[in-house]
Amino acid sequence: MSASAASAPSEDARLRYVLRLADTSLILGQRLAEWVGHAPALEEDLGLANIALDLIGQARLLLSYAAELEGRGRTEDELAFLRDAPQFLNLTLVEQPNGDFGRTLVRQLLVSAFQLELYEALKTCADARLAEIAAKALKETRYHVRYSASWVVRLGDGTAQSHARVQDALDELWPFTGELFAEDDVDAAMVAAGIAPRAAAVQARWSARIDAVLTEATLSRPADSVFPWHGKGGVHTEHLGYMLAEMQFLQRAYPGAEW
Amino acid sequence: MTSPDWPLFEVFIRSRSGLEHKHVGSLHAVDARMALEHARDVYTRRLEGVSIWVARSSDIAASDPLDADAFFEPARDKVYRHPTFYAIPEEVKNL
Repeated sequence: MSASAASAPSEDARLRYVLRLADTSLILGQRLAEWVGHAPALEEDLGLANIALDLIGQARLLLSYAAELEGRGRTEDELAFLRDAPQFLNLTLVEQPNGDFGRTLVRQLLVSAFQLELYEALKTCADARLAEIAAKALKETRYHVRYSASWVVRLGDGTAQSHARVQDALDELWPFTGELFAEDDVDAAMVAAGIAPRAAAVQARWSARIDAVLTEATLSRPADSVFPWHGKGGVHTEHLGYMLAEMQFLQRAYPGAEW
Repeated sequence: MTSPDWPLFEVFIRSRSGLEHKHVGSLHAVDARMALEHARDVYTRRLEGVSIWVARSSDIAASDPLDADAFFEPARDKVYRHPTFYAIPEEVKNL
């Protein structure tokens, strides 16, 4: 076996890795879209919808790529609307319910700061297609971090009530962040192939960025807990099934419907 | 919808081909940073601009419509103030 063949990831690992990125963006985009018409101000309604559309745009590019890697003739739409929960490989964090506005923005900051470091690394990775998608997504993600960080600071360093609510949200969501940096076989294969960055390197930069925001927001960083979640392995919390029931209803009830 | 204690900001956008910022509308925000983010989300979704200014509406001094006669009527009969009697050299751009 030659050296290059030894380091090439199996097509299955690459497909699963791309699906993880795709599903994380898709599910978070769907969650954010739930705010449309309900945000605390018209301006925030548009702000959240813009982020949702950025994420769904990323998901489309990634799902199209995944469909090609899979090579079974499925399309991006079929992957989005006709897979069941165990086939979704998104991070468990992104399927967590929106809660109040502050909780939504805490979740957004935790995920966007992670995507920022990931895309920054993938932008120059050995997989040209993924590198292109990452370069585009990176610009969008920089804004998502800016937007969510401003809100976390504003609410954390706001009134006693806003501070308490975002601190609670942070405490509840923090346990899900362990999964972001837990390398499994798929991640290891992609690291070995020069595609994915080391989780430890991503974690160090993510951690520094999050700490800076939390300090400014006068919030305390929760202790890391043993991570029991493995959404990227297809094991989800009960929330994902309900989301998919709503998101996939049309294609399930009227297969092949178009407009 | 918007909380009444969020002050109003006026938004000015410079388009890609434009030379100056133009007033495009207003929005509510708690501070200038948020106003810039809101302006980006509300007024530049269709590539309208490459630069944004925001200013608190309360910081803008405006002429009183009741003063319109005193302010603007006197200029009406002074046609000689228009530089239409000069030939403009080719080299002068953006006049």
